[in-house]
Amino acid sequence: MAEIIKLSVFRFDPEKDDKPFMQTYEVPLLKSGMKLLDALNYIKWEIDGTLTYRRSCGEGVCGSDGLNINGVNGLACITPIEGLKQPIHVRPLPSMHVIRDLVVDMDHFFDQYRQIKPWLQSESPMPEHERLQSPEDRERLDGSYECILCGCCTTSCPSWWWNGDRFLGPAALLQANRWIVDSRDEATGERLDQLEDAFRLYRCHQIMNCMEACPKELNPTAAIGHIRRKLLSRKS
Amino acid sequence: MTYLSTDNVENHFHDVVIIGSGGAGMRCALQLADAGHRVAIVTKVLPTRSHTVAAQGGINASLGNVLSDHWHWHMYDTVKGSDYLGDQDAIEYMCRAAPRIVRELEHQGVTFSRLENGTIYQRAFGGQSREFGEGGQALRTCAAADRTGHAILHTLYQQNLRAGTHFYQEFFALDLITDQDGCHGVMAWDIANGTYHLFQAKAVILATGGAGRVFKTTTNAHICTGDGGALVLDAGLPVEDMEFFQFHPTGIADIGPLITEGVRGEGGYLLNAEGERFMERYAPTAKDLASRDVVSRAIALEIRAGRGCGPNKDYVLLKLDHLGEELIMKRLPNIHELALRFAGVDCTKEPIPVQPTMHYTMGGIPTNYHTEVVYTDGDDTEKVCGGLYAIGEAACVSVHGANRLGGNSLLEIVVFGHACGERVNAFLKQRRYHPPLDKDCWKKAVARVEKWFHSTDREDGPRVSDVRKRMQTIMQDHFSVYRTEDVMREGVEQIEAVAKELKQARMDDACRLFNTELVEALELENLMGLARVTAAGALARTESRGAHARDDYPDRDDQLWQKHTLAKIGESGVELDYKPVRTQPMTVASFPPKKRVY
Repeated sequence: MAEIIKLSVFRFDPEKDDKPFMQTYEVPLLKSGMKLLDALNYIKWEIDGTLTYRRSCGEGVCGSDGLNINGVNGLACITPIEGLKQPIHVRPLPSMHVIRDLVVDMDHFFDQYRQIKPWLQSESPMPEHERLQSPEDRERLDGSYECILCGCCTTSCPSWWWNGDRFLGPAALLQANRWIVDSRDEATGERLDQLEDAFRLYRCHQIMNCMEACPKELNPTAAIGHIRRKLLSRKS
Repeated sequence: MTYLSTDNVENHFHDVVIIGSGGAGMRCALQLADAGHRVAIVTKVLPTRSHTVAAQGGINASLGNVLSDHWHWHMYDTVKGSDYLGDQDAIEYMCRAAPRIVRELEHQGVTFSRLENGTIYQRAFGGQSREFGEGGQALRTCAAADRTGHAILHTLYQQNLRAGTHFYQEFFALDLITDQDGCHGVMAWDIANGTYHLFQAKAVILATGGAGRVFKTTTNAHICTGDGGALVLDAGLPVEDMEFFQFHPTGIADIGPLITEGVRGEGGYLLNAEGERFMERYAPTAKDLASRDVVSRAIALEIRAGRGCGPNKDYVLLKLDHLGEELIMKRLPNIHELALRFAGVDCTKEPIPVQPTMHYTMGGIPTNYHTEVVYTDGDDTEKVCGGLYAIGEAACVSVHGANRLGGNSLLEIVVFGHACGERVNAFLKQRRYHPPLDKDCWKKAVARVEKWFHSTDREDGPRVSDVRKRMQTIMQDHFSVYRTEDVMREGVEQIEAVAKELKQARMDDACRLFNTELVEALELENLMGLARVTAAGALARTESRGAHARDDYPDRDDQLWQKHTLAKIGESGVELDYKPVRTQPMTVASFPPKKRVY
């Protein structure tokens, strides 16, 4: 008899339900190293086809399945079942508008990403060859370009819960810093102007939930600190 | 403008509609949006979830940053790698364009790793040589650590945000709107809101990616369900060379996540249970960096000979700890993470258990090297279907033939994404207006979805997930690395039977909002058509070429089989046809078939 895993999963069908509820499921432990996504897939494919969630790559690089797992944000596809306290409480990312079950509306999150103008800006004519960049300058992008835009950090941030309409949140600010740091980008001044705002940047109170939540082990708090220092240094 | 006899279908008018938001679709969208056209990307996921994101090792271009290189050598390697099934005009086009297009990606912001002199870092990859195979290993694969696909996809998404491309996210394409003049749009289902949308366009571009999910174990994302190929089949057009699915030598055993060829490019190698570096026997020169089909077959033979590792002796080991922790963390950080998470192995200390795993769809929608979808009309095997284009893994242009070289798929998507943009730009000058549509053109798509909602009233019939599991198991068991007549014949029968079962299948979920079970049902319909043509095409091809390896026909037969398979689905089942390989390049001399030795 296989070992049984107990899950308690957030359910909400906007066509039928007045309010959300938690539904319990029991799933066999299929293999050692089994991930939470395997359990959700088991429920969907073997028990209850109505359970709704997003997933794509299944290996932690596409950022589809950011969820709140036992109170901590993470990706279902790389979170091992072993080591999770049971029943495993699976909820949608906190503070987000729920479309259905575990699926949340990501529009505002991606809109904030667009607001930081996340593309290379340069007035210099394109060189015939690549823009040169030393390995050291390239290394300074490590820790930010790897972001998969899953939303785990931003939706874990209490400052964003309160002021998410105006505070850009950790994910967008991590990317803002990525372009400030990039030696090829020539719009640092405009980028800093854009961020010098009581809400957009300065609502960060270094609670550091974002760093804890990031499944790629990136550190948005440090990036925000870097932007603050940049802003300070151009004043002096 | 609403002349459709329903209010339940919302109308959209764009110059161009691109289905799919991977690297190919977004490179193409960028080209056209920057040219001032109204471009819509219709995608079933959020754009950064597309499977391009998972590409690891790199993108080939003869930049010659480390060792001198030439696009012509790259072309030779690609033709040889394709086992002489690749179309040489398309291959020349791609290899010529590679250096310029890769530098352009750098200009757009891709975070390529760098050499000391500030140029793009290039690593060794399988099947790549200098001086037409005579000059040793080439260093041609441009890399952003081992996250090259992620870096490229995000950059292209960013550029499209800048260019103002319209994104219709989480929309599922249901049916192409075609008539005798070609393709004029697509019907789609808004997954979140459960509504129908008719996109009219002067040009429709299919950039829907591969179909890896026809197999049980695959490196492909759940979303790789061959949607474009299925739309084309449904429109009565053929798909090409679907029997050629690449098995990547190094997927993590039993689970699937990819371990990049870059590991072997950086100096890693394979070991069997006896601790032998067995690739030395199979490919004395290139060893572990032989073409993927060669390495996958070698692993399969080792396992068959009882030299596999583990309790079931069904995998081999990929050793890289000798490269040192510093290099691994700098050049292969993502591999370190994947091996730890999915194999429970710290690859700076221990080898990774790997086995050949379904990875890439060489076949797809037939196109010419301008990316126009083509079909056979009488004697003309390259007749263009007006207004319809296909690019990337969804297409079969065919630059990969029977076996793709590592680093050529990221290249294909950006080169042909760009080429498609150019071609469509010219086409839009001729086709100035949206042609009038048949007033009932929306009905087929609506019926396709509604029958699934009706199925929720039934208690009988198999569930969608059960049918999918059976299909994937049949494909895995009957059409893997080595294929034989009897096993395939049985496989064809079983696939046909399970395809009939799909018609009786039902789903649980009757909710119209964000119904992912419906999406899985539609995806399964798409996969099923492609599984059927894959099975039939494989059984018919009585030779071994590239990824199609048969025990009973171990040799390549250029007399009979240097030709592309074309498959359609008609009333009576799969119909096979063939067309010649385009062996004449654009400007250089053709590379005639010769024995492939690595």
